[in-house]
Amino acid sequence: MSDNNKMNETMIGATALMKALEKEGVKEVFGLPGGANLPMYDEFGKSNIRHILVRHEQSAAHMADGFGRVSRKPGVCFATSGPGATNLLTGIATAQADSAPMVAVTGQVPVAMIGKDAFQESDIIGMANPALKYSYQPRTPEEIPTMVKQGFYIAETGRPGPVLLDIPKDVQQNEGNIPFPDEVRVPGYHPWTDPDIQNTMRAAEMLLSAQKPIILAGGGVIISSAFAELQSIAELLMIPVVTTFKGKGAFPENHPLSLGPIGMHGHAEANKLMTEADCVLAIGTRFSDRSVGTFEEFEKNLKIIHMDVDPAEIGKNQTTSVAVVGDVRTSLRILGKILMDKAVRASDDNPWLKHVKETKQYWRENLKIHPGEMGAAKILRKLREVLPKESIVTTEVGQHQMWASLFFDAIHPGTFFSSTGLGTMGWGFPAAIGAKAARPNVPVVDIAGDGSFNMTENSLATSVLEGLPVIVFLINNYTLGMVAQWQRTFYDRRMVGVDLKKCPDYVKLAESYGAQGIRAQSMDELEKAIKDGLNSDVATVIDIPIDPEEDVLPFVAPGTGLKDMILPS
Amino acid sequence: MVWAILSIKVENKPGILFKVTHLFRSRNFNIDSISVGVTEDKKYSRMTITTIGDEKQIVQIVKQLDKMIDTIEVRRLDVNNSVYRELVMFKIKVSKPEDSMEINKLASAYSATTHDAKKESIMVEMTATPHQISAFEELAKKFGIKEMARTGITALEREEHEH
Repeated sequence: MSDNNKMNETMIGATALMKALEKEGVKEVFGLPGGANLPMYDEFGKSNIRHILVRHEQSAAHMADGFGRVSRKPGVCFATSGPGATNLLTGIATAQADSAPMVAVTGQVPVAMIGKDAFQESDIIGMANPALKYSYQPRTPEEIPTMVKQGFYIAETGRPGPVLLDIPKDVQQNEGNIPFPDEVRVPGYHPWTDPDIQNTMRAAEMLLSAQKPIILAGGGVIISSAFAELQSIAELLMIPVVTTFKGKGAFPENHPLSLGPIGMHGHAEANKLMTEADCVLAIGTRFSDRSVGTFEEFEKNLKIIHMDVDPAEIGKNQTTSVAVVGDVRTSLRILGKILMDKAVRASDDNPWLKHVKETKQYWRENLKIHPGEMGAAKILRKLREVLPKESIVTTEVGQHQMWASLFFDAIHPGTFFSSTGLGTMGWGFPAAIGAKAARPNVPVVDIAGDGSFNMTENSLATSVLEGLPVIVFLINNYTLGMVAQWQRTFYDRRMVGVDLKKCPDYVKLAESYGAQGIRAQSMDELEKAIKDGLNSDVATVIDIPIDPEEDVLPFVAPGTGLKDMILPS
Repeated sequence: MVWAILSIKVENKPGILFKVTHLFRSRNFNIDSISVGVTEDKKYSRMTITTIGDEKQIVQIVKQLDKMIDTIEVRRLDVNNSVYRELVMFKIKVSKPEDSMEINKLASAYSATTHDAKKESIMVEMTATPHQISAFEELAKKFGIKEMARTGITALEREEHEH
């Protein structure tokens, strides 16, 4: 398993764990103690690693996830066995769905008790398996540092994902003569493939011969920081860029070639032009149904060039014409070089680009938005106006999330994060706290809805007590708004289980945690509240009451194609 | 729909069979048969899984298996260029004295061996292709099959032609 072991050291498993984490550069751990992880917790006093206490383990996982997405290094979360571990599950599955690097460490009952239905025993490895990139359960303290080293390597390379380390209590407590490898090998793991040059050349030719090319940038562009490479190809060939929702922020949304996200709640111009294109360069995307609608409809009359680090994504959902497997940053660099060698530079007066510009302009000017002063589009544009461009934004899950996609432009690369795959309500706020831990000098805002914020609002304690101030931009309709929209649209307005009945009072809630609570009922109040939030040393909840009947539009109904998008009437 | 034989070399560690079968479950693939055993190198096990699906699905299964960290090598065997066999045991009813003789004759026609010959039943062991097993099963039905147990297929690809 391990190579070139240095001199072994005698210590207990828990000490070895902390030392191994320190060697990986871990500075903070999000977690909550319990019976089965007490030996690990006993180490925090002796270690430089900071412990950030949560009030529910799900939030610990989301914080580690937010930390990981922003820093591109695995975030670390700790939980005890049994319910502590199962509470992490939603967070682990969220990280897996969005390819976020994470290392989760759970306590487990002692080895001899495993399988005896012991108190707080759960088979967390079995339960979490399909949501994990990999898992380990050391049976001796000697194995721990090697597993940590391998775990970090697996979590952060290739297509990133969550790794679980489930450590029985006696393995934490027992002493061993423990090796700390500097390098590890994982025989069945080959995270990198060099992009095939022939295929990349074919991709270049296909792009150059297309009449109506478009670029679809996915989350992979953000994960591999391929922003500059993407932009230079788009500008060289003058190809318009749409993104998936996860790819939002992969390309500056104030760029003339940017059309914004496609999908269920994509921009009208993005969806429309996507369906008109004859060739798409799709980069780091898995063609989620939420992005492309029905698979058959999407690929009709469309040549698909697919670049992805994960070979299993090629042909999974869409039939591709050319596949380039490898790190997308490397692939884009090679593609860029091939295009440069051909010394092509597209003119910007071709008929497609003219049509793209006109379509974009039409929809930017004519998309109907809510007429009220505090309509979603207006408040989000206000947020964008006041917020520094380098700020990091997370979202919760629901209507506000889709409004953020539509009306909040992500301008600096890699500043917009959301639970796009699993769609986990309650993700945004703890993820924002994790992001703040990774980037303490940058403002962090959680664009939230009330239903979603409800689920992890007790993270206010963590934000306040741990000095990780973030702004919760709470778009509050006291409704499970997205469900309500579907009930209005597909269930003949039979509203069931969506009215949150003006509970709780979010200003008081914030204050009870020692955070700042501000209600904003006009644009002036809102602007002041955002500025107060930016200047605050503690978390700020800005409660923004809105019309509970406001829908998110455009809307591509499930099971239909992008061309069938419902527009505001 | 096609029938495919997948030969998967994995590390010989606990929990890997679970992960492989779980992958089939969570990706909505079918396992037609599965057999597992250690390889020439005791560090590794080989799983032979047969599955049925459309071509696109089979390609996906192979890719998803390949992506698994615990799999060292995943190969889809060329069905026409592999030797694949399955071990099956039948307990066949003996209703009248001449049945016993006939079952023995049938078994020897299929190169099968018989065990535990009793007044009411006889056990037949055979190693054959699934096709041959089905044919034998059809013929044995007239006596009555009390019990049947199959191992699932195991297979190796033939060596390349020597030039």
